[in-house]
Formats: sequence, C-alpha cells, structure tokens
Amino acid sequence: MKIPYYPGCTLKSTAKHFENSAIASAKALDIEFIELPKWNCCGVVTPLAEDDIMHHVAPVRNMIRVLEMNKAGTVSNEKRLLTLCSMCFNTLKRSSLRVKEKIDDLDILNDFMYKEEDYDGSVEIVHFLEILKENGFDKINKKVKKSLKDLKVAPYYGCMLLRPKDIGLDDPERPTIFEELLSALNAPPVDWRAKNKCCGSFLTLENKETVAKLGHDILTNAQKSGADMIITSCPLCAFNLDNRQKIIKKIHPEFETIPVLYFTQLMAIAFGLDKELIGLDKNFINPIPLLESKGLL
Amino acid sequence: MTMKIGVYLCQCGGNISKVVDLEKTKKFVENKDIEIVQIHSNMCSGAGQKLITNDIENLGLDKIVVAACSPHFHEKTFRAAMEKAGLNPHVLEIANLREHVSWPLKKQPEVATKKANDLVNIAIEKVSLNYPLEQKSFKMENRVLVIGGGIAGIQASLDLADAGKQVTLIEKEPSIGGKMALLTKTFPTEDCAACILSPKMAAIAAHPNIKLLTNTMVTNTSGHRLHFEIEAETKPKFINPNIDMDECLGCFQCQMECPVDYPDDWELGIVDRKAIYVPASLAIPYQYMIDPNSCLHFTEDSCSICADICPQKAIDFEQKPEKLKFTVDNIIVATGYDTIDPNIKPMFGYDKYKNVVTGMEMERIVDHLNEKPPPRDIGEKIAFIQCVGSRDEQVGNEYCSRVCCMYATKLASLVKQDRPESDIYIFYTDMRAYGKGFEEYYKRAQEMGIKYIRGKVAEVNQDPETNNLVLKAEDTLSRQIIESEFDLIVLSNGLQPNKSTEFIIDSLKLAKSPDGFIKEAHPKYKPVDTDIEGVFIAGTAQGPKDIPDTVVQAGAAAARVIGTLSKGEFDVDPVLAFVETDVCDGCEKCINACPKHALKMNSGKAEVDEALCVGGGSCISSCPVQAIDLHDFTNSQMSASVFASLEHKKKDEHRIILFADNASTYRLADTIGVKKMTYSHEVYIIRTPSGSRISPNLMLQAFINGADAIMIGDNISKSSSFPWSKDISLENIKAVNNKLEKAGIKGDRLKYYEFNSSMLKEFVIEADKMADYVQQLSKITDEELNRLKETI
Amino acid sequence: MPKTIVLDKKSVNFLKKITELSGEIITLCDQCGTCSGGCPVIEDMDITPSQLMRMVLIGDQTVLQSKTMWLCATCNTCTVRCPRGLDVSKVAEALRQTTLRQSIDKVKIDEIPKEELAELPQIALVAAFRKLTS
Repeated sequence: MKIPYYPGCTLKSTAKHFENSAIASAKALDIEFIELPKWNCCGVVTPLAEDDIMHHVAPVRNMIRVLEMNKAGTVSNEKRLLTLCSMCFNTLKRSSLRVKEKIDDLDILNDFMYKEEDYDGSVEIVHFLEILKENGFDKINKKVKKSLKDLKVAPYYGCMLLRPKDIGLDDPERPTIFEELLSALNAPPVDWRAKNKCCGSFLTLENKETVAKLGHDILTNAQKSGADMIITSCPLCAFNLDNRQKIIKKIHPEFETIPVLYFTQLMAIAFGLDKELIGLDKNFINPIPLLESKGLL
Repeated sequence: MTMKIGVYLCQCGGNISKVVDLEKTKKFVENKDIEIVQIHSNMCSGAGQKLITNDIENLGLDKIVVAACSPHFHEKTFRAAMEKAGLNPHVLEIANLREHVSWPLKKQPEVATKKANDLVNIAIEKVSLNYPLEQKSFKMENRVLVIGGGIAGIQASLDLADAGKQVTLIEKEPSIGGKMALLTKTFPTEDCAACILSPKMAAIAAHPNIKLLTNTMVTNTSGHRLHFEIEAETKPKFINPNIDMDECLGCFQCQMECPVDYPDDWELGIVDRKAIYVPASLAIPYQYMIDPNSCLHFTEDSCSICADICPQKAIDFEQKPEKLKFTVDNIIVATGYDTIDPNIKPMFGYDKYKNVVTGMEMERIVDHLNEKPPPRDIGEKIAFIQCVGSRDEQVGNEYCSRVCCMYATKLASLVKQDRPESDIYIFYTDMRAYGKGFEEYYKRAQEMGIKYIRGKVAEVNQDPETNNLVLKAEDTLSRQIIESEFDLIVLSNGLQPNKSTEFIIDSLKLAKSPDGFIKEAHPKYKPVDTDIEGVFIAGTAQGPKDIPDTVVQAGAAAARVIGTLSKGEFDVDPVLAFVETDVCDGCEKCINACPKHALKMNSGKAEVDEALCVGGGSCISSCPVQAIDLHDFTNSQMSASVFASLEHKKKDEHRIILFADNASTYRLADTIGVKKMTYSHEVYIIRTPSGSRISPNLMLQAFINGADAIMIGDNISKSSSFPWSKDISLENIKAVNNKLEKAGIKGDRLKYYEFNSSMLKEFVIEADKMADYVQQLSKITDEELNRLKETI
Repeated sequence: MPKTIVLDKKSVNFLKKITELSGEIITLCDQCGTCSGGCPVIEDMDITPSQLMRMVLIGDQTVLQSKTMWLCATCNTCTVRCPRGLDVSKVAEALRQTTLRQSIDKVKIDEIPKEELAELPQIALVAAFRKLTS
C-alpha cells in the first residue's frame, strides 16, 4: 500500500534514525510512505485557546497537500495522512477534528489561505502504529528474523498517542497496541505503571529539573518492573528519557542508565535490517552492549 | 330521522348575561334548525337541569347544547341529568360563554355577544354530528406477577398476598434475598441484614397466596394494560426437591464428598463452596442444587460421586430447563440493580491488585471478620474510594448512587469497632448524609477516628518490588497531595441498572430515565406507576435507593396494585380511535404511528385495541385515506366546528383558531377568564385531546374557510399524557406550511405552543402577538385560496 | 495567609474572560481534586490545578501570579479523568494567554545555552516557544 506521509521537523534532524528505521520496516511489510510535497511544521502543540484559529493554519495546510496528492494520482484514493512523531500526530489530528466540528473555523482558514485549494475536512490523521495494526500484527510476526524473546521491553506511550480521548489511538488508561506489537516481535512486554506518565514534554527547555524528576520516576519504574529497555514513538519523549539521563545520573548517582529506542528501531532489528538504517549510534544511551548481550547484533 | 336539538342559554347569575346580550343570542339561535331554546339564570341548578330533563321527556329532544361555563365545571352535571332522562351523555355540547367570552371580554359587550353567537353556533353544528358512545370496561382478576426476589419484591409480594392477591414471585437466582442478603449489617442502625431479612424470606415460602419460582427468568411478555401473558424459564437445579420423603432430605452427604472447590458466588468469591450446595445458609427455598458450571459431571463428564452416594437417589443430571406460561393482571417490576463494574475505572487497578476490593466484597469480608482465621486478611490501614463509577461523566454516569457514602461509613465503622487499632480513611467528593439517622451515624464514625478526606482518588498503583498499594489523591481541604501506602483499598462502586431491568424495560416497553433506570409515570404524583398501565415499580430498578426507601416504595406499589385490582374491572373513556374498515386500505402506516401500540392489523385492515388506546388522536394524520378517526373528535365533527367558527366572519374581520388541548391549554384559557384577564377576541378556542389530533387536512380546511392564522396549544410534553404530541404536531405544521408556501400564502400563520396551567401571561402575550401579527399581514386573497384548494 | 476576597464585577468579568478563552464551563468544577492527584508535575507547582480552577471560579486574579499554569505540559491526564468532563489544560492555556498577550515572554531565547540549542530536538523548542512566548 501507498500512503501519504508527514515526517515533521525532528524526523529530518535529530530523529532521522526514527524515520529511516520506520520507512525500512514499513517497506518490509509492503507499506510505502509517500512524503508530502511542500510540507510545513505542524506547530508541535495544538492551540488550546478558543479564539486561536490562526495556529490551525499550519496543520490544515498539510492536509491540503494530501488532497493534492490524491488529485495528482501520487496516491490513489488515500486520504489518510500517516505520522510517526506522536506530537505531530496529536497536533494534526486535533486540528483535523476541530475544523470538522466547527465549520465556521474552516471557512475562516480557507479564506485566509486564499491561494490554496479549499480544505474540505476529509483528511484523516493516522499513526504508523494504527496502520501496523490494520495491516495485521501476524504479518509482522512472519517477518521476524531475530527473535526478541530474551529482551524485556517496556513500551512507553507518553501522552500524545493516548490523550485526549477523542484523539488517542487506544484506551488512555490501559493501552495495548504497543504490547500487541511487541508480542508480534516475540518480545515479552513489561507491564508497568509509568507507561502513560508524562515525560515533561517542552518543560525540558525551562524546567530541566522537573523533567529529570519525571524521567527518573519513569525510568526506575521500568527498571523495577524488569525492563531492559524502553521504546517510544515520540522524539521529545525520547530526548527527555534518553538524553536527560545525563542530568538524572548527576542528581541520582546510583541511577543506572537504560536504553531508549524508537519502536521502529526495534522492528528493524527483529526484521534483521541494515545497521545503517537502524542507526543505533544516534541513541544517547548506547543500546549496543545490551543488544549484543542478547545476541541481537 | 329528524334531529331535535335543545339549546339552553345560562345567565350564570349575571356573570354571562351582564356582558352578553342573551336575548340577541336567543334570536340568533332561533334562526337555526333547532327544537327549542331557553334562557335560565342558573342552568347548573336543580331547576336548570330540570328544564333539560323535562324537555327531553316532553319534546323528545335527542341533542343538547348548553351555553354556560367551561365544560370542566359542569359537563359532568349536565351529562348526569341527560342520563337520568334516558339520553346518552355524549350527545351534549357546551358553549363556554363565561370563561371564554363574558369574562375576558367584560369591557366589550357587543363583541362578546357576537362571539357568544359564534360559540353557540359551533356547539350546535358539532352536536348535530354527535352520536351515543358507550362506556367501555374490561374485566380483571386477582393475579399479580412480581419480578425480582430482593427486598423490594419480597415486601411487595407479602403485602399483596396478605391482601388476598395471587402472587407469582420470580427470582433469577436460586434463592430469594437479593442484594440485601449479601450485606453484613445495614446502615445507620447496624442491625444484621440476614436477621431482619430471613423472617420475611421464610414468610414468602410459607404464604399460601405466593407461588415462588427461583432460578427462573422472564423470557417474554405480551398483552396490554391490566392483562399480560408471561413466558418464563426455570433453570434446572438437578435435584428433586424435598416435596416428599422419597427425595432430597438435605442430609449433607453429597456436599461432604464433592471434590470441587469453587469460589462461592453468594459470598462474592471470598470463600469457596462445593459444586453441589445450598446457595446460602439463609436460602429460601432451602434446597440443594448443582452448579453445572463447576460440577465435574458437566465440565469434564468425569464425576458422579454425589449421585452414587445419595441415599435417596435424589440427584438427576438429566433435568432440563422448564418453560412456563401464565397470565397476570398486574406486574410489579422489582428487578433491582447491579454494582458498577470497577474495571471501567482502570486507574484503581481492581482487576490487577488483589487487595483492591469492591464495597460488596467488603460486605462479605467484614461478615467473616470474626472467623479464626478470617478468609481474607484486611491489614491495618484501609482506604475507601467513593464515587467509583457514579457522578463521573468519563464513564457516562451523571447520577449519585445515594447509598455509597453510608455503606462506606458502615463498613469502616464495623471494622473500626472490631479492630480499634485499624487506620481508616474515606476519600470522598461530597458526604451525603441525608436520611434519617445518617448525619448522626456519620458523626459517630468521625468520633471513632475514621478520617474523611475530601478528595477524589486519582489513581492506585502497586509498587513492583514491595507489592504495596500506593494511593494518590489531593486533600482538597488542605491542598496537599496524599501519596500513601495502604493494606486494603475498598472501591465504593455505585449502582446501575442490571441486565434483568434492561430486559424488562424492552419487553414491557417501559420508559427509561436518562440515568438508565426505569422511568416512573410522574416523579411527584405517580412515583410507583410506569408509563404502562398495570405495571408498577419498586426498589432500585427505578433508581438507587436504600433499604427503608425500597420497602416504602414496595408497599406503595403493592397498594397501587391492590387499588387497581379491587375494582374488578377497569373503565376506559369512550373517546377512542376507530377504523372505518371500508376505507382502510391496509397500508399499515398507522401501526407505527401509535405510541401506545394500540393499532394492529387484522385480516388486512387496521384494528384498534381499545384496552390500549388512550385517545390522543395522533394516529389520524398518519392515515393517508382518512380511515382512522376518533370518537367525539371525528374529522366531520372537527370540520363542522371549524366551519361554524368561521361561518359568520365578515370580510374585514380577522380570526385565529386556537386548537387547545383539553388537559392544559383549554383549562389555562378558563383560568385566564376566571382572573378576568383579556386577550384578543379574534382568538377562537376549539377543544382537542392533543395537538397531534389536528391533522394537516383540518388546518387547511380552517384556512380555506377564512382563518387568518392557527395556533395549536399543547401540554408541556414532559408532563403530558401525550408526550409524543409535539413532534407529530410540528410535522403536521410543516406539511401545511409547505402547502401554504406553494399556494403563495405569506406569513408565519401556524404556530405550536406548549403551555402549562400557570402560564397565564404567556398565553395572553402569545394570543395578542398573533392577533397583532395577522393585523399587519395582508389578507389571504381568493386567488391564493384557490391555489391552496388545488393542492388538496 | 488567608486574604479577604471581594466578589464583585471584576471577579465576574475575570471568570467570564477565562471561560470564553478556554471554552470550559469553569463553574462546573466540583473541586474533587482528581486533576491534582494525577498531575505529574504537581510537586513543582505552587497551587494545585484544582486550586487554580477554584481561584478562576471566584475571580481571584492573583492566580495569574502562580507558576502552576506555566508548568502544565498539556499531558491531558486530568482531561481524561475529570468527572465533570472539564479540560483543565485549556484553562491553563487561557491563563497563559492572558499574560502572554500582554507581550510578556516566559522564555528568553537568547539566554538558552548554545550546547542545549544544539542538542534539543526542534519540537522541544517550537513547543516551548508556542506555549511560553507571545
């Protein structure tokens, strides 16, 4: 299948390995990402003030691109827009629903973007995980070349995949989609409390200590629950949980680091894909020793 | 046959005659085809009535018109007089000259006289089409079905049986007792639930007027008000009961030998039972049974120890479900509640953590607390989480479950009394101690040292290493965050309708409240009636309530049944729908249009079930060929009234027809008259059972005959006997508006109103507003009327 | 220290303004504290989220001096749990916007250390600027 794909800013820079491993794993499953032409930053966070309509321009503009792709025949009758980054997923989806519910807002936005074709509200924002589920986790299982059975993985959902309810792709309190994926990769999922706790998000800029505190709680809960590593689908969560371990270690010298990977990296490992594509050298806490010890590299 | 109409004009001691020139009215009437017209000072007096009865006897009158006060005052009086003289009471029409003419038009005597003539004209034209109607009545016997053997059903059954009614009590569980039998003690008195319940349970088994069917579910209901066909199914217990000495003696041997240990559902899994067992120590009937879900004979086909050792050979693995069919006259629905599944709030971890229990489980735990050792360890530090599943829009429950504040207080108090060293916290949002003795009970719990923390708990987690439960909440009074370990966490989960209630609602076509429980016919004055006549409700099936309220309600429901059945038959007002079978083409459109399901097909024609019809008339507009009609408000009678109301209208006059529903709007107009309030004389009021009776045809006829506008006044739908009337009326108005538009007739000439009896000002404002409005509109031209006629 | 609060037109107008800006019917808040109990950053706040809601409800504008709304990371844990269906994160945004729209920034871009700028993912920067600057 071919599906319009929105990468977002971070997947073209610090999270390039997320994109590479995702595209490669998808390809192994015959899913082809067709990158949006002329896409723009979604704004990362959704505007929450009632009167703030202008900040929906950026997300909606990307949705117009999907309509254009359908018109041009780059994809055929595929109005779903695939995302990888949890924040892009959340922001785009919230805008897509807002303009669907409030037609007046859509009129204002269309007027404002008078040089663009009118947006009609028909694009649906999806996350790669949803497409994997729809495609069938059994198909993933068939592609597994290296079994992850000795790897105890704690799936970290964070916030943006789950909340609020009308946006989330799973039950906000008891999600299972990552566990289903891990089972398909033969990796025993770790059941843990902090899987949907907030990592502190953008507070990482101004409130590093707060983020370190949250990270410490999340990471130690994963460790106490028996996890060898954590997976995520959000570059900001990845930064707060992975890179910020440096600060956590400073505050809590007894803290032992734990690798944080994108879920697509884990898929690529299980599928036995090229090391270049997995990009394990990009992760802050080096996962290679762990993976080697489990015979996965 | 020529008609002989007598017309009687009442002066009402001057109330009418000082405004209306009745001599002029008399002259007006004399020009009509009538037998006699008389004026009297007080028609309602004995002398006035005598005028009528004498004329019936002497002149052979067969139709009567009385022009006096509102029919709501003396219609009954005149009907009785006519009956005395041998005339059917339904050939009477009353022209409401006092409330609708002389009082509101007190200062316009000339206008009043003209309007009085018109109203008498309407009455004469209508009465000439009236015909005798017979009072219908249906026989009832003495049979009552009580569905549900909890405290509500038990109490209702006993009250009914004591009053000599033949009661069938159906319970889906193997024993009666319901949820109350599971409680340890009851708040706020702390008397033991079993001790106060078991004598009542035993009385059920012993009562000669009660037939008890346990392990039995209603599977289907049919029939109509005050006569119901019931189908039910009894699940097998696999034991032949101890009817005589040849069968089960309750000797206990089977239970001793049964190899199965299975969580006891009666004890909510706190202790185990065998696969062959008596459901509970206080079970009624006290009978052994086999649970096929845990018995190895059924699950593995491997064991028959009990059957082998039974000295009486009372065990019968081959027993099959038994189907039952019977007829009853009244039903009491006492199907109770279920506790809300705590797993809908996953943040409390009920399914994950062993030491998170529900309130009902805690009842059983506390009940066994004195055993050594008790089946469940409760530790020392206990938290209760209130409002689990209630008052929570995240799970769709807006309502308060009403009992949780007190049952938590009770369970906490019982633990504290037994183990004073325990440390107990109740996390609540609002403490609701509204009942008798509740506040005092709450205070005693506080006195004992139970700590009430005002804050809804956000989450419960288990430390992955220590397995200790950690609870997080804000103490909203100190604004501190509590994050603390507990040995046991009790979820005070609320109440919700159970599956049986859902089934009965569907089967008996009862209405549901927004909270999902059964809706009572009226929350204030019909609190135990349902929308279906002959079906009553008791207990928590109607909404969360405690035991005293339930017992009160059960008694009230029983009393309503006793009252209903004591008549032996029930009367039905003869104002009912009927079908002209010659005209009916069997299109079946009316079948779904009747909200009371009173219409059904019989050999290709629609047929009215007169025991179900309530005479609202909403079926009339559903019939494309005008085959359905309503006695006393027939199409021809209504047309005659409309025509007569416009017959003497002059070119330069305006006229607005107000179709007023009998229960609300018509009486409201009466009250306005009584208060001597004034509204436009151009508004002419015609009585209708409901707004939905006014078919598009009738509205069109009114316009064609010269009406400038039509108002339809209905009862407020939520308190109406015909709550569906509004929707149907609005549909009908839409249809007529379309035709008006097509004919090029301008203006908003059709309006629907909901009035209750106190909306005096609103009525006057709306009537005057409409009068002003038609004043400003240009008149409907003949050309437009011709086009309108063509559309019909 | 308790202070005396006068309930006047000013307090009504403040509630009205925040209600309009957030789209949330703040008077529905039942003060159950579910939001505070589950809030991941509660330890660093000076007033709890439910207290913030209460202050807006009574029109106490000193709520604008609190740091609570600046610590809300819009994780929406409270949103999916509020028994009254309220979205506290929207109220926090309305309070932030009330300050930011007076051209008061909460982040000084030129004060961010170079090495941080190099390391931080774009989404962290864009999100923080969107939430904390005018």
